[in-house]
Amino acid sequence: MRLTCTVNGKTEVIDDIWPGESLLYVLRERMGLPGAKNACEQGECGSCSVHIDGVLVCACLVAAGQVEGAQIKTVEGLAGATELHPVQQAYLDSGAVQCGFCTPGLIVATVDLLDKNSDPSENEIREALAGNLCRCTGYAKILDAVRLAAARLEKPGKP
Amino acid sequence: MSNSTLPTKQRDHIAAPVSAGLGESVPRPDGTLKVTGDFAYSSDLWADGMLWASTLRSPHPHARIKSINIAPALKINGVSAVLTHDDVPGAKLYGLEIIDQPVLAFDIISFHGEAIAIVAADHPETAKRAAQAIIVEYEILEPVIDADFAISGKAPLIHPGGNITRHVPIRFGPQNLTADVVVKGEYEVGMQDQAPLGPESGLAIPAEDGGIDLYLSTQWLHVDRGQLATVLGLPPEKVRLTLAGVGGAFGAREDLSMQAHVSLLAMRTGKPVKIVYSREESFFGHVHRHPGKLRYEHGVTKEGKLVYVKANIVLDGGAYASSSPAVCANAACFAVGPYEVESATINAYVAYTNNPPCGAMRGFGAVQTAFAYESQMDKIAEVLGIDPIDFRLKNAMARNSLMPTGQPVDSAAPVAEILEKLRAMPLPPITATTEGLDVIELPGGACNVTHGEGVRRGVGYAVGVKNIGFSEGFDDYSTAKVSLQIINGEPVVEVHTAAAEVGQGLVTLKGQIARTELGVQRVVVHVSDTQVGSAGSTSASRQSYVTGGAIMTACRAVREEVLLFAMEKLGHLHPHLLHFRATYVLVDGEIRDGQGRLVSTLTDLVQDRIFECTREYRHRPTTPIDPVTGQGLPHAQFAFAGHRAVVDVDIETGLVKVIEIATVQDVGKALNPQAIEGQLEGGAAQGLGLAILEEIQVVNGKVKNPSFTDYLIPTVLDMPPVRSIILEYADEHAPYGLRGVGEPPTISSTPAIVSAIRAATGLALTRVPIRPEHITSTM
Repeated sequence: MRLTCTVNGKTEVIDDIWPGESLLYVLRERMGLPGAKNACEQGECGSCSVHIDGVLVCACLVAAGQVEGAQIKTVEGLAGATELHPVQQAYLDSGAVQCGFCTPGLIVATVDLLDKNSDPSENEIREALAGNLCRCTGYAKILDAVRLAAARLEKPGKP
Repeated sequence: MSNSTLPTKQRDHIAAPVSAGLGESVPRPDGTLKVTGDFAYSSDLWADGMLWASTLRSPHPHARIKSINIAPALKINGVSAVLTHDDVPGAKLYGLEIIDQPVLAFDIISFHGEAIAIVAADHPETAKRAAQAIIVEYEILEPVIDADFAISGKAPLIHPGGNITRHVPIRFGPQNLTADVVVKGEYEVGMQDQAPLGPESGLAIPAEDGGIDLYLSTQWLHVDRGQLATVLGLPPEKVRLTLAGVGGAFGAREDLSMQAHVSLLAMRTGKPVKIVYSREESFFGHVHRHPGKLRYEHGVTKEGKLVYVKANIVLDGGAYASSSPAVCANAACFAVGPYEVESATINAYVAYTNNPPCGAMRGFGAVQTAFAYESQMDKIAEVLGIDPIDFRLKNAMARNSLMPTGQPVDSAAPVAEILEKLRAMPLPPITATTEGLDVIELPGGACNVTHGEGVRRGVGYAVGVKNIGFSEGFDDYSTAKVSLQIINGEPVVEVHTAAAEVGQGLVTLKGQIARTELGVQRVVVHVSDTQVGSAGSTSASRQSYVTGGAIMTACRAVREEVLLFAMEKLGHLHPHLLHFRATYVLVDGEIRDGQGRLVSTLTDLVQDRIFECTREYRHRPTTPIDPVTGQGLPHAQFAFAGHRAVVDVDIETGLVKVIEIATVQDVGKALNPQAIEGQLEGGAAQGLGLAILEEIQVVNGKVKNPSFTDYLIPTVLDMPPVRSIILEYADEHAPYGLRGVGEPPTISSTPAIVSAIRAATGLALTRVPIRPEHITSTM
């Protein structure tokens, strides 16, 4: 099977895909984009979160053929040439990264949240990130990171 | 190899050139790679022409293997190799403490999920289908599923040596004392899983010398190598291990899982082979926390002074030993908790059964007992009519108190202060009946099952203790190689150890220590591998202590060499170097004398030389415990923490919402406060999981919930804010006075939450995790 789609702004044409492969497998093993993680491959942990045509999904639950012609954005597409995305920077500054396996998925989910709601309440943050499991942090510093990113995006230049 | 993604190319971190020494919340040097998705975990590795491995596992907990037919698997297009126990060239068994577990099962299957055969193929799906195509004929046998029965003498033997993997008795003080008040209790702990998010994974590459290069996730490279060399029939130097990115561990990576399998397939096929467990296989592929039954009897005076503690602890170790013997010793040694008692009579057993093997998980034997003794402490306080904190304070351990092993606690033991500080922290407001409250803040959350009518508030406290470092006379050391040289006109320190960074932040601390000791801003942390001496395990909360100590020592040796060299070259200008060398310091890339005057810049002095020192560091020696009395000096360091939990319980649905967790922990010296907070918060979350969510359901030896759909780890909606106070009472025996941090947060958090639920419901609640029906069926 041949798949043509756009990933992080770049057109990708991949041949010889077995139709049973997930988008996650294609990203990780055929496109060299391992940022979306494979923690459960059951749609329960959110570690493989990506955007397809602007919609937040678990890449493990999407068959490769479903993204024919789609625009996909992964964690690898967030940072600029010299600067991290403000959400990425906030995760670093807040100490929200330990083993980091959940981090790419949480960052993609946080970007999705803040795109839709620039000033989320505590409960709105918790609800938005409830599909992303983290085993290391107990989430406190992840919540700090989201609040910090929201504040910085609201008022660029804020420390 | 022409093309590959290997951790050696990605994971040599240049620490950020900022002032970032000990005591500061220095950011992780691997953080940028982790937030951009570029950090190479063991499941992200790739090599040209690599094959994929898959495992066939037993669907039965106990069976005799009558035959294995691999022919149907070999016929599948794309399959390169199918291996069984016949293909293991070296030892067929391995193990951490007792060598009893087959690399691939032969004759007898001893637990559900035991590995039988392995496949390498050109696509993971092909490998998986080929594994399923293997035909195994089984004679089903009755599993031994109850630990009490297993050690009763009436059960069939799981292993020839008997079903008691270890019995640890402790006889402390006069035996058979009597007391005014006797309180008995029986408690049960379910089987918890570490559930690190990174699946077991690795890439094995056959080497030209007939050896193997393995890039993997693990907690201890050298003990993996030792076991692998034996199994593969290779000399250890031909088994080279490199740590890839590790997605959490919590004890799950202490035992071999995929290491031998993927290496065997690479050696057989002559090609690189990658293996990545699915979440389901991960549940079968690593050991779990021991479930246990704990029967206690406390004798106390009317005034509330503990007289004696009797405990009978039976842990279910499952089919193979793993680290069961050490877990059993910990359960025994910490059976009383952080309390002084005149007499202790403890028997801890760990049993072989046909349940899944159990071994290391954060807290390591001290978790199970803390649930039991803290439940008892609450119960006794209630019987005596004393406030539970006041009762604990009457019996709290302090410096120089004796452990039940007879070992004095010869450094800070601020148990009373922990309790007082917990009690003094403000409580969150009662919200359940507040007008306009978001339903998400109530038990059951978004399921919208209550508007506050059946919700009761409860507050509970618990305190715990655990050893730091390996115990019972184990030669527990780490090795560090530190070099100093000038690169592009700037002094650069490289730190090389074999210590496993699994997420905890040792990689940050390595740079902090080197910067502090050598006064150099640029620190390169070398990838961890077996090209340097053993660092010991990333477990027992020990790496900051032992590998931190090794880096400190190696840095000081480098410093000494630099100063000797300075004396040689500059002694005629600085005669004091000869006599007062110890007062000279390396700071900001300069050597300065005792008055802070510049002697030389490192760049000018060192030029093209490389100063390199390798040093081992050991914590102070410990002793075995007496096999009859359990007396001895088995532990190097003790760590204390306490928790207060505030919960809302809906007594109509049995659902629990933890509102807040407060914790106080003594860390000796806070070397990276932000990283420590992360340990306190993350550890409390795992304790919350054991209290109300997490259990591997094993029915008749079969695991029923090997998925994140059915095994529930806390989400951000389950986890409340954590209020923490970090105490710093330096341990004079430890480098920088530090005290291991990782495990204590997981020990007392569980009993504190259970205590709060008891306070809300008035129920006894003697088993964790508490399920809704434990609350509703008895209300």
